[in-house]
Amino acid sequence: MTMSNLDDLYREIILDHYRTPRNRGELESPPAVRVEGFNPLCGDELVLYLVVEDGVVTNIKMTGHGCSISQASSSLMSVAVKGKSLPEVETVMERFKEMMTLKERSLDENGEEAPLDLRSLGEIAALAGVVKFPVRIKCATLAWKTLAEAVAEASSN
Amino acid sequence: MARGERVTSFDARAVRADTPMMKRVVNGRPLTYLDSASSSLPPRAVIEAISRYYELHHANVHRGVYTTANEATEIFEGARVAVADFIHAPGGAEEVVFTHGTTESFNLLAKSWGAANLREGDVVLVSEMEHHANIVPWFQLRETTGIEVRFIPVGDDYRLDLTDIDRLMDGVRLLSVTGMSNVLGTINPLGELAALAHRHGALFAVDGAQSIAHLPTDVAALDIDFLAFSAHKMLGPTGLGVFWTRREILADMPPFLGGGGMILDVRTDGYTPASGPTRFEAGTPAIAETAGLSAAIRYLNGLGMDNVAAHEHELTIDALERLEKEFSGRVRVIGPADATSRGGVLSLDVEGVHPHDVAQILDQYGVCVRPGHHCAKPLMRRFGLAATARASFGPYSLTSDTDVLIEALGEAVSLFA
Repeated sequence: MTMSNLDDLYREIILDHYRTPRNRGELESPPAVRVEGFNPLCGDELVLYLVVEDGVVTNIKMTGHGCSISQASSSLMSVAVKGKSLPEVETVMERFKEMMTLKERSLDENGEEAPLDLRSLGEIAALAGVVKFPVRIKCATLAWKTLAEAVAEASSN
Repeated sequence: MARGERVTSFDARAVRADTPMMKRVVNGRPLTYLDSASSSLPPRAVIEAISRYYELHHANVHRGVYTTANEATEIFEGARVAVADFIHAPGGAEEVVFTHGTTESFNLLAKSWGAANLREGDVVLVSEMEHHANIVPWFQLRETTGIEVRFIPVGDDYRLDLTDIDRLMDGVRLLSVTGMSNVLGTINPLGELAALAHRHGALFAVDGAQSIAHLPTDVAALDIDFLAFSAHKMLGPTGLGVFWTRREILADMPPFLGGGGMILDVRTDGYTPASGPTRFEAGTPAIAETAGLSAAIRYLNGLGMDNVAAHEHELTIDALERLEKEFSGRVRVIGPADATSRGGVLSLDVEGVHPHDVAQILDQYGVCVRPGHHCAKPLMRRFGLAATARASFGPYSLTSDTDVLIEALGEAVSLFA
């Protein structure tokens, strides 16, 4: 039996971030922006703390619970945006969004390797396999939707 | 691990052969359907009854004069009789109301009987193991009438904790409890609870959504007052449910939804509702689905509900024993460890693996289980869980399904190890 689809979903990087999530914890709010994210269908819950100073994400922490995809996605996201300027964060968010709307076909055409434009995403590209499992996309996007809210709130402060 | 099928009281392999969906291949594997607690797979007889209805008899029910309209009405009203017989309704078909499902049946109970009979301070006693369908309508009624909604706790043995029940019954007008938990598999002592309710001057409602397809149901022998269930959990079609109550209670219940079909007369100054079950059946009902439900009842009667219960009991004993043996605690079953008064619902908590990941991995083996809170959030909170991966049996289930479940769970455990 072929398990290639499953291997696409549960890549080693994802399992690593699920087992050892980065940037777990809480931050004092204020000064940190605190935003909650929910996935009512799955029961996934996320509380995101974001500190933006002089237009740069200087700290990010998260608590909550959910499946491996939602937990790994939030861990990968936190690593990708920590220390980045807000325009850089916007770019990463945009690229992630594009990746989640890719058709499965465009992945297959490029064989086992991720397409070239995904390389710029670094480790986040490990989440590309999620698009083969439509019901799991919302697991992967929860952290990013919550981040977008937090960035908007931080920017308006 | 392969093992020979145990000989049970009827031939589950024949039931499987009667079930077209069982021929599906998913992800290169034969379908292993372990989600009957969510919805059951209909046998060919049910599907054909629905097709035959649309091919030969379709017309709107009631009031029609032409031949096929009479046939459609006979099919629809015939299903009412079949349901009444199946649950042993003492007053017959006149006590059977068709709804869109268990959820609508509970809304009918709360918003018609409840709104007419309950006042501020009256208590509706439910349990911590209820489905949201037997919780939310009572909270909604609380908003408009000021009733109190009280909960019977669930013990660490996953059964109703009745130690303090006489104090809990104080002020109770309605006791409303599930026949069988859709999460734990726990089968509740309905006869005992009915006697308790009546001793305290309360009425007794049963959520039969789970129990209807897995246990014999006799409303007269159990002495219950209200019963709600859905056709699709008993090998029938979706979109059709039943509300049953005794004739004298039904006669005093005000209409729920208004519109065509539920009236005796409509004038410019008001309306007069119909009497009997049609009073609660506004609009064109699910007609084809009643043809399917009649076929499902015939099919279940052919199997014998006692045989179905015995078969699923065997499957449950076998699965509980083997899950414990294979995974020695790494796969925990959230529900009674003892198969006595317990149905074939196995809520699994796999150490280190989220239920959604469990279900995803099992799908690669063609295994259908349901991850989530199963619309029973108070119960999940009680046991400190966000979700479980639930496997559940039906009359077509075999011990070979448990073989595949165990194989796939092994993969989930090792992938996340």
